[in-house]
Amino acid sequence: MKEKILSVIEKNSRISIEDLAVLLGEPVEAVAQAVMEMEHDKVICGYHTIINWDKVETQKVNALIEVRVTPQRNLGFDKIAERIYNFPEVESIYLMSGGFDFVIFLEGKTLQEVAEFVSSKLSTLESVLSTATHFVLKKYKDHGTIIAEQPKKERMLITP
Amino acid sequence: MRNPLSKKIVEIKPSGIRKFFDIVTEMNDPEVISLGVGEPDFDTPWHIREEGIYSLEKGRTFYTSNAGLMELRKEINNYLTRKCQVSYDPAHEIILTVGGSEAIDIALRAMLDPGDEVLIPQPSYVSYEPCTILADGVPVIINLKEENDFRLTKEEVLEALTEKTKVLILPFPNNPTGSVLRKKDLEEIAQVCIEHDIFVISDEIYSELTYGEAKHVTIASIPGMRERTILINGFSKAFAMTGWRLGYACGPGNIIQQMTKIHQFAIMCAPTSSQYAAVEALKHGDQDVEMMRQSYDQRRRFLIKTFRDMGLHCFEPFGAFYIFPSIKNLGMTSDEFAAELLKEEKVAVVPGTAFGDCGEGFLRISYAYSLEELKEATGRIARFVERRKKLL
Repeated sequence: MKEKILSVIEKNSRISIEDLAVLLGEPVEAVAQAVMEMEHDKVICGYHTIINWDKVETQKVNALIEVRVTPQRNLGFDKIAERIYNFPEVESIYLMSGGFDFVIFLEGKTLQEVAEFVSSKLSTLESVLSTATHFVLKKYKDHGTIIAEQPKKERMLITP
Repeated sequence: MRNPLSKKIVEIKPSGIRKFFDIVTEMNDPEVISLGVGEPDFDTPWHIREEGIYSLEKGRTFYTSNAGLMELRKEINNYLTRKCQVSYDPAHEIILTVGGSEAIDIALRAMLDPGDEVLIPQPSYVSYEPCTILADGVPVIINLKEENDFRLTKEEVLEALTEKTKVLILPFPNNPTGSVLRKKDLEEIAQVCIEHDIFVISDEIYSELTYGEAKHVTIASIPGMRERTILINGFSKAFAMTGWRLGYACGPGNIIQQMTKIHQFAIMCAPTSSQYAAVEALKHGDQDVEMMRQSYDQRRRFLIKTFRDMGLHCFEPFGAFYIFPSIKNLGMTSDEFAAELLKEEKVAVVPGTAFGDCGEGFLRISYAYSLEELKEATGRIARFVERRKKLL
């Protein structure tokens, strides 16, 4: 049942427990219990909203930063990641295979703010060898949701 | 001037759906929510669309052979073997058609002589009766009963049989009721067909959309039935490909050959880019089908509960994407209910009578809509039902 719950709330986290129970054909109490357990076990790590900030006056700047580092003895990459992920500006950070080690998704108010973070906070970390910053120009799809304007569906109202 | 029209055509009643479609369209009101659509709300999965686009880019813009691309016929055989445990020779026993509806038409035309009777269980899809008349056959309607969950029983077939009966139409999983036949039902009906030498046209367009433990079973897989069954299926419902117009028929070579002759003269071949897209659908579409099926199943549960909460009787359908609630306790006809609901609450549903006279007292509610749309629409219907109950 847990996987079924996750597949629904992954797309719609605002659905009520009652509706969720009806959709899955399970008792309300059982669904509520399962959700609580998954929240407790950090299977469900949070409920977020996909916002198209371009439609709001508040400006945001997003950047993707490739980072090469020297892993530390015994601690590998995790300790360095911790140094980085605790900065609130860091949206996401993943350890990667390939030509660099970490990829960081950063959100700032202005270009300067992002540049400031990279030059004064990130590059100055002892283990960081190099960084490459790419700014996001336009978002088309985010978290599986298409943000670009979609044409209206043209299904007829009544068909056999 | 002489009357330019054929008497046979003029006498065919226009589809009851058409009438209601005109009313809704004329209203032209953006607030109208429709639960009256008989097609998936999903877009065709992108990898399938992309294959269609690719076929155009590659300049595959010519006719295919009359029966359709050999590659696609082979894939259909693989698919049916995998899903339904029946196999057909791609060279002689499979034909691609312009939707399942063309397959129904040419199957009847290939099999009927004037006066041959065709057993048509109703409520069911709107084309069986007119297509029988077009083929000079005589439709014999079997009125399915709610107390049997709108399943067709052996007894009902036996009762409707005459010396002239040649074909039985088997429209399951059923539009509009959502009813399905189980293996045991099919075995009993098969026995009657074999004993009385009747052929079956099995319209299985909703075969992928069944819910609960039991999967769809085709009557062609019952011993002794493959040689007397035309199995009709297509891509519209399972792969959300209604606009691509692609279906198929499988059956004994001698019948498929004659169907291909009609198809050859009337249609030539099914759309080429649709056929290339369909190959992709059969090769790599299983996951999409399962995703959509689960989504329909969730909405199905939601709708059954919501309608039962309104105090309307609603048997549990295990197929297609419709529920068929009864409004008999509200003291109005299906047509009245649908018309007044549209006027007062701006929700369009299809009266059960559009699918046969025995659909009186029922509504077809489609759940090929998002949960948000279903919630809004059922909220309005509940208000309407509450008001009508007070008038009783």
